Amino acid sequence: MSPTDQPTDQPADQPTPALLTVRGLQKSFGANQVLQSIDLTVARGQVLALIGPSGSGKTTVLRCLNGLEIADGGTIEIIGADDATHAPVTIDFAAAHGSRSGVPKKTLGTLRDRSAMVFQHYNLFPHKTVLENVMEGPVVVQRRPRAEVEAEALALLERVGLSEKRDSYPFELSGGQQQRVGIVRALALRPTVLLFDEPTSALDPELVGDVLRLIKELAAEGWTMVIVTHELEFAREVASEVAFVDGGTIVEHGDPKEMLRNPQHERTRQFLHRLLFPF
Amino acid sequence: MSESTWQLLLDSLWPLIHGAITGTIPLALSSFAIGLVLALGLALMRLSRRRWLSSIAQVYISIVRGTPLLVQLFVIFYGLPSLGIVIDPWPSAIVAFSINVGGYAAEVIRAAILSVPKGQWEAAYMIGMSHRRALTRIILPQAARVSVPPLSNTFISLVKDTSLASLILVTELFREAQQVAAFSQQFMALYLEAALLYWVICLVLSSGQGALEKRLDRYVAH
Ligand SMILES: Nc1ncnc2c1ncn2[C@@H]1O[C@H](COP(=O)(O)OP(=O)(O)OP(=O)(O)O)[C@@H](O)[C@H]1O
Ligand SMILES: [Mg+2]
Repeated sequence: MSPTDQPTDQPADQPTPALLTVRGLQKSFGANQVLQSIDLTVARGQVLALIGPSGSGKTTVLRCLNGLEIADGGTIEIIGADDATHAPVTIDFAAAHGSRSGVPKKTLGTLRDRSAMVFQHYNLFPHKTVLENVMEGPVVVQRRPRAEVEAEALALLERVGLSEKRDSYPFELSGGQQQRVGIVRALALRPTVLLFDEPTSALDPELVGDVLRLIKELAAEGWTMVIVTHELEFAREVASEVAFVDGGTIVEHGDPKEMLRNPQHERTRQFLHRLLFPF
Repeated sequence: MSESTWQLLLDSLWPLIHGAITGTIPLALSSFAIGLVLALGLALMRLSRRRWLSSIAQVYISIVRGTPLLVQLFVIFYGLPSLGIVIDPWPSAIVAFSINVGGYAAEVIRAAILSVPKGQWEAAYMIGMSHRRALTRIILPQAARVSVPPLSNTFISLVKDTSLASLILVTELFREAQQVAAFSQQFMALYLEAALLYWVICLVLSSGQGALEKRLDRYVAH
C-alpha cells in the first residue's frame, strides 16, 4: 500500500501544497508552558524530523497532531489523503480554550483519522493477536469490510516479514517485531500523515536497523511523516527537512544535510555536539 | 463417635447438600452477578471526572465496607418492614449480598482499570476509538484479567457469608444443619459436617479460579 494520489505531474515551479500546517501551537501543563509557539508545514510526501533535547516538547507536538493532547492556542490544518473527497479541516485551539469539549468532536475525529501514531513503547494491545491489533481500527472504528481489511493487513504483515506471526500475541514478539506491528497498525488506518515518536529508542541496538529500514522504505514510497528521533544519521538520510525544537519553539529548521553539518544557532550547535560527543 | 452419630451424618448429608444446591449456591451466584454489574457501574462512577458522581460512589462504598454484613442483612429484612417495606427472605438476602459485593468489587474493578497502562488508552484513541469503545474493547478485557484473583476471593467470601442468610430464615446449607442439629442435639457433628461441605465448595471454586486464570493468561508473558 502507498499513499494515494501522488501529485507527480505537478509543474516544478508550483510549490507542493502543504498537507499539514501548524501555526502558533501553544500548550501548557499547569504553569509549565511546554509549547511556546510551534509553526510547521509538511508537504505531501515530505518527511519532517524533529530533534531536540529531552523535555523540549517534541512528544507534545506529536500528541497534539494526533489529538491526544488539546493545545491551548494556535491552529492545525490537515488535508485528507485524497483531496477530492477530503477537504482540509482546521482546528482553532484558541477558540476551544484548551478544553477537549471546546473542539468539535467531528473535527477532532477527522484529525485522528488523518494522522496515525507509532509509539515509543509500541502500545500494542496485549490481549489481541498481531492480526487483531492491525484490524481493530479499520474494522471496528472505520467499519470497513472485514475480508478486505484482513487481506490488506496480511499483505502489510507480509511486507514487514511478520506474516507467520499473525496469530501470535505481542508478548511473544521481540521489541523490533512489536514495533513493526505498531507501524503496520498505523499504516492499516490509511492515514494522511504518519507520526513516529522515537520509534527505535526502546529497542536493543541490534533491532534498530530493521525498524529504521522499514521507515526509510515508507518514506521512499511517498508517505508523509513526522518523526521525532535521536538518530541523526537516519534523519540526515531520510528526512526532507529537520527541525530543532528547544524550550517549546522551533529554533531552526532546514535541509537536514545542510543543517546538521552547519547549524546556524548556538543552541543547535551545542545540542548536536552533545549528541555526537556524549562524554 | 458412636455408630448412631455416623448414621446421622450420613442421613443428614443429603439435606445439607440439598441446602447447598437450592440455597447457598444460587444465592451466591445471583448476588455475585448482580453485585458485579453494580460494582462496574460504581467503579466507573468513581473514575468519572464528574465530582458528584464520584462522590456518590465513594460514599456508597464507604458505607458498605464500613458496616457489618449481618447488620446490612438485618436492616433490610427486619428493619425495612417498620417503614412499611416488607421483603421476603430470599429477595432480602439477594439484595443485601448484592449491595455488599457491589461495594467490595467496585474497588477491585477500579484498581484493575487503573492498572492498565495509559498507553493502552492512547493507542485506542489513536486508532480512532471513542472513550466508551476504548473502555469496552481495550481496557476492560485487560482489567478483567487483573481482577480475576481478587474477585474470586470476593466470591469465595460470599459463598461463606451466605450462611448469614440462615438468620433471616433462608433455607440454605447452614440452616439445614441447624435444624438437624436442634432435632438430634448433635451440634458438634452437624456443624462440622456443614463446615466440611463449605470447605469442599470453596476447594472446587479455587480450582475453577486457577483454570480461569490459566485461560486468561494466554496473552500474558510467563
Ligand atoms: N501530561 C503531562 N502533564 C504534565 N507535564 C507534562 C505532560 N506531558 C509532558 N509534560 C511536560 O512537558 C515537557 C515536554 O515534554 P515532552 O514529552 O513533549 O518532551 P520531549 O521533547 O518529547 O522529551 P523526550 O526527548 O525526553 O521524550 C516536559 O517538561 C514534561 O515534563
Ligand atoms: Mg518524547
